[in-house]
Amino acid sequence: MNAETVRLWLDDRLGIGSIAAVARKKEIPVHRHSIWYYFGGMTLFLFSVQVVTGILLLLYYRPSAETAFESVQFIITEVKFGWLIRSVHSWSANLMIATLFIHMFSVYFMSAYRRPREMTWLSGVMLLLLAVAFGFSGYLLPWNKLAFFATKVGTEIAGVIPLVGRPMLRFLRGGDDVTGATLTRFFGFHVAVLPAITTVIIGTHLMLVQMHGMSVPPGLEGQNIKKMKFFPNFFLRDLIGWVLAIGALAALAALFPWELGEKADAFASAPAGIRPEWYFLFMFQTLKLIPPKILSFDGEVIGILAFAVGGLMLFIVPFLDKPGNPRRKRVFTVIGVIVVLYIVALTIIGYLD
Amino acid sequence: MELDNTGRRRFLNYLLGTGFGATLIAIFYPIIKFITPPQVIEATQNSVTAGKVSELALNSGTIFKFGNKPGLLIRSAAGELKAFSAVCTHLDCIVQYEPDKRQIWCACHNGQYNLSGQNVGGPPPRPLEEYVVNTRGEEIVVSKA
Repeated sequence: MNAETVRLWLDDRLGIGSIAAVARKKEIPVHRHSIWYYFGGMTLFLFSVQVVTGILLLLYYRPSAETAFESVQFIITEVKFGWLIRSVHSWSANLMIATLFIHMFSVYFMSAYRRPREMTWLSGVMLLLLAVAFGFSGYLLPWNKLAFFATKVGTEIAGVIPLVGRPMLRFLRGGDDVTGATLTRFFGFHVAVLPAITTVIIGTHLMLVQMHGMSVPPGLEGQNIKKMKFFPNFFLRDLIGWVLAIGALAALAALFPWELGEKADAFASAPAGIRPEWYFLFMFQTLKLIPPKILSFDGEVIGILAFAVGGLMLFIVPFLDKPGNPRRKRVFTVIGVIVVLYIVALTIIGYLD
Repeated sequence: MELDNTGRRRFLNYLLGTGFGATLIAIFYPIIKFITPPQVIEATQNSVTAGKVSELALNSGTIFKFGNKPGLLIRSAAGELKAFSAVCTHLDCIVQYEPDKRQIWCACHNGQYNLSGQNVGGPPPRPLEEYVVNTRGEEIVVSKA
């Protein structure tokens, strides 16, 4: 039996030939903005690192208030290469959020969300929210002091939303306070609920990208653009990026191993200098600067509702910005620049503060 | 003669629709109830021994357990005893006493309260809940007003 017989046998049953035909047909436009095409694939690669390292951590992690901190301590001190796996998981999570932001803003500034890619954008924003939910739920699992207060504040933020806030807070916390019940719940979200939803939406997102092909920025439309074969040309370039990412992850994990900190204590004051992960810092800083009362409303309620409205606007961007109107396109570019500047400025202030 | 079946069709569609709807409700109602955590009845504690006077230095504060919530007990520079709920009114963090500034501080979002529990700086919208402090010999007894 030779390789060709095996290939034919499998092709009969799996239809590999037709998939290969699609891959052969796929082309990537080559122009001065092509660099931005790499960040979606990079995010996907870092996500797969999360899946692998996450499953590995799952083999030793014990999700309860009495054992969680100790089991993470065990992983990083006793288990061979445990420190490496945990650090890579934490670093990759952060890099993934970073590449996701870059991917999203590049799609935004190139107006790639326009017809017929509205649904691709919607599924992408959902994936952003899921990634943040992964980050938030995973942060609590080591059950250290910083995580404990981050979860108190984060869930309380959900709690101050009028009407739905209180039931949402109890649902998230598994009770009225952040306790072992919260930890178990977040564990369930982090390793079961979120991965299940994410798998479906990533599948949809990728399928839509294949269906519509790569978007060409509006400024270059109608011009004669060079193309590159996706397979193997662009894919090999992707691969170089992924190898570099593995190198970066290994270097970061080795040089800056992720701290475990002190075990959570429900009867200790919040430590000085406490701050959330960098991707929440701009919201954190906003909440710090907002006055206690705006008219007769609590300041934080106004701030949180403003962020909720911002999130909603992000979702419906493709329905607000329609093609064929250069002035509107410019307005959206300006809004995008302001948002990026705001996030960068408040993140820097948050670190200096 | 032509049979008019539209009445029967409508009736069957209605049965099918309501049956399907009822099944969905029967599936999701228990799930939604399940994920809503049960109310735990707290033992209502109205007073607690928070510590001993001799163990609390002048111009210092300490966290004590008031039931399952943290409280903050302060002995001011003048020796006066004060007790508050330690839960920041902004976003649920646990506050601490800052001896050098002689004020109560929340590290999470830089909330500040004075020694009467009034919110005097940063984002907290309301004062801290104040408790009544009594001494019984050496023991400091804190109770809800």
